Amino acid sequence: MSRTINVDYLARVEGEGAMYLEIEGDLVKDLQFSIFEPPRFFEAFMRGRHFTEAPDLTARICGICPIAYQMSAVAAMEDAIDVTVDGQLHELRRLIYCGEWIESHVLHVYMLHAPDFLGYQSAIHMAADHADIVKRGLRMKKVGNDVVALLGGREIHPINVKVGGFYRVPTRDELDAMTTDLEWAYEAAIETARWVAQFHFPDFERPYEFVSTVHPTQYPFMGSRIVSDQGIDISVEEWNDVFEELHVERSNALHARIKARGAYHVGPMARYSLNFDKLPAELQALGAELGIAHECRNPYKSIIVRSIEVALAYRLALDIIDRYEPPSSAAVPVTATAGEGHGVSEAPRGLLYHRYLIDAGGLITDAQITPPTAQNQLSIEEDLMAYVPGRTHLDDDTLQWQLEQAIRAYDPCISCATHFLDLTVRRS
Amino acid sequence: MRPKLAVLKFASCDGCQLSLLDAEDELLDIVGAIDVAYFPEASREYIDGPYDLTLIEGSVTTEHDRERLRKIRDDTAMLVSIGACATAGGVQALKNFGDVDEFVRVVYAEPDYISTLSTSTPINDHVKVDFELRGCPIDKYQLIELIAALLAGRKPNIPTYPVCVECKARGNPCVMVAHGTPCLGPITQAGCGAICPAYNRGCYGCFGPSESPNTDSLETWWQGLGVTDDEWIRTLRTFNAGAPTFVEASTRTETRR
Ligand code: SF4
Ligand code: SF4
Repeated sequence: MSRTINVDYLARVEGEGAMYLEIEGDLVKDLQFSIFEPPRFFEAFMRGRHFTEAPDLTARICGICPIAYQMSAVAAMEDAIDVTVDGQLHELRRLIYCGEWIESHVLHVYMLHAPDFLGYQSAIHMAADHADIVKRGLRMKKVGNDVVALLGGREIHPINVKVGGFYRVPTRDELDAMTTDLEWAYEAAIETARWVAQFHFPDFERPYEFVSTVHPTQYPFMGSRIVSDQGIDISVEEWNDVFEELHVERSNALHARIKARGAYHVGPMARYSLNFDKLPAELQALGAELGIAHECRNPYKSIIVRSIEVALAYRLALDIIDRYEPPSSAAVPVTATAGEGHGVSEAPRGLLYHRYLIDAGGLITDAQITPPTAQNQLSIEEDLMAYVPGRTHLDDDTLQWQLEQAIRAYDPCISCATHFLDLTVRRS
Repeated sequence: MRPKLAVLKFASCDGCQLSLLDAEDELLDIVGAIDVAYFPEASREYIDGPYDLTLIEGSVTTEHDRERLRKIRDDTAMLVSIGACATAGGVQALKNFGDVDEFVRVVYAEPDYISTLSTSTPINDHVKVDFELRGCPIDKYQLIELIAALLAGRKPNIPTYPVCVECKARGNPCVMVAHGTPCLGPITQAGCGAICPAYNRGCYGCFGPSESPNTDSLETWWQGLGVTDDEWIRTLRTFNAGAPTFVEASTRTETRR
């Protein structure tokens, strides 16, 4: 008996990817998750550019998480030229990062992922029956975008981030004006977490190796150490000792793997599971109430984790604003020195690593950028392999939709990993 | 019948189409007035063409995409390219100035797996385009104005004057005069609302060249501010590197050197 499921374009992901799945009996015979987003060659044209250009240039890798690119880039450059940005300037970086987590996660929770659970083609379709819920999501998203726009000048590809700090820092009044919205949004995020936790989740857990950055006291945005739950504990400089990127046929994105073992998992579930003790007590209690105390290994439930991270981001934003004192200068001075720099930060969809070599004139001679989706590619493939056996009784439409949903659980940013998901399932 | 909209992408970062979803206050009204027939980033639904309006983000970088674009043009009444990628080739047009084989080797271990054209080109190099919306990214209010105007059959109110006009309107002091900060505002098309100067920063040209810009006079001004030829060339070669005015100006400096 042979069955073929064929989807030409996996929707509601950022970019263009393809998947091919062949099933024989109850087994997956062949599976390929490929990315045919046309390559844009960032690492090549970064060569010869000035180190101060990296935040603006690399932001254009991804319109959904430009702050992540800017933050990993400034961290790497500041490491290369040996400059430290701390105090309120660092807090403002965390604040703008909170804004990006919010806009990106809320987009995913409400517009890309929730429609799957409720059986809608899109949030637009969902709005016909659940207008109030969709409006709540849009309003929550807007609060995140407002944070990014105030600190960054605009929501997409903010213009105000630079190596050393910012071009202009906000006034107390400008930040205070946001607190009412942030307080409303914090409560709305908690309601959101309770709402999504009622969805029906397939019974599916995986023994991922979770990898995330860590900070001694905080839930991580930018960090200098990288850990896993299977023993990795390295400084960012040691990245290339432990991780590698392979170029496989059928994909315009590189596949990252742990040299010694293979697949690993970055993103909200990894951050949450490795940093649960850094969450405020109220959000730890919320996680426990919603059935994911300490960790979450069911990719479909990542929507709950994202909602909790959104609540966290509103909370942190309020705390940062509360303690804000405008710094005397918008940036620390930077001058070119030859060197190598490494930077990591936590993009909404996972760890983002940058490495640069710059020469004495400040020009980039080598660039390496490892985006989260490249790191999760193997993990996505392994999820699909593991999901199918035992579920081949499902009809083609149901199986296909659940597999798409598993891919979307990663919030894959294929534009980042290079982007088009084209899902083909063939049964024989 | 509500007009049918398609939103598609080529080589890009997805930021310009995201602008539509970022119009949080207006989104539900927009989708109430038009039928979002095909918008894969936002919906699984696929409704066949022909469409009344197709928005295209991204540049053409592969032979396959060149073919795809021709079919899209045949299937839509109006075609609008949105953003610097679609109107000028985007930041990836930097490869037009380099050796593409070398670019492939820098990024990929197995160059033979990659198929790519040697250039990144705007949509209107390949098919007729009815309107081009500038910016990296586009401004969402300009996008809403454009959709409303096209569907109403009126001329969109999208100015082609330079950013300087918006600085005056916003009350920004001129960053070149007041702080000696090099700024591309005098030769860059308005539309963003003069964001960079409002944040104490010079414009870096993300909306592309304004109508009949005087690049020579700005170059002389920048030299007076101590900007090197290399810096001038690099600034012109970013997100609108492929815009003819910026290509000419940067190449002129390069050959003079
Ligand atoms: S023009 Fe800029 S924002 Fe728009 S898709 Fe291209 S890179 Fe992204
Ligand atoms: S001022 Fe210039 S670089 Fe800045 S956003 Fe406007 S057009 Fe883009």
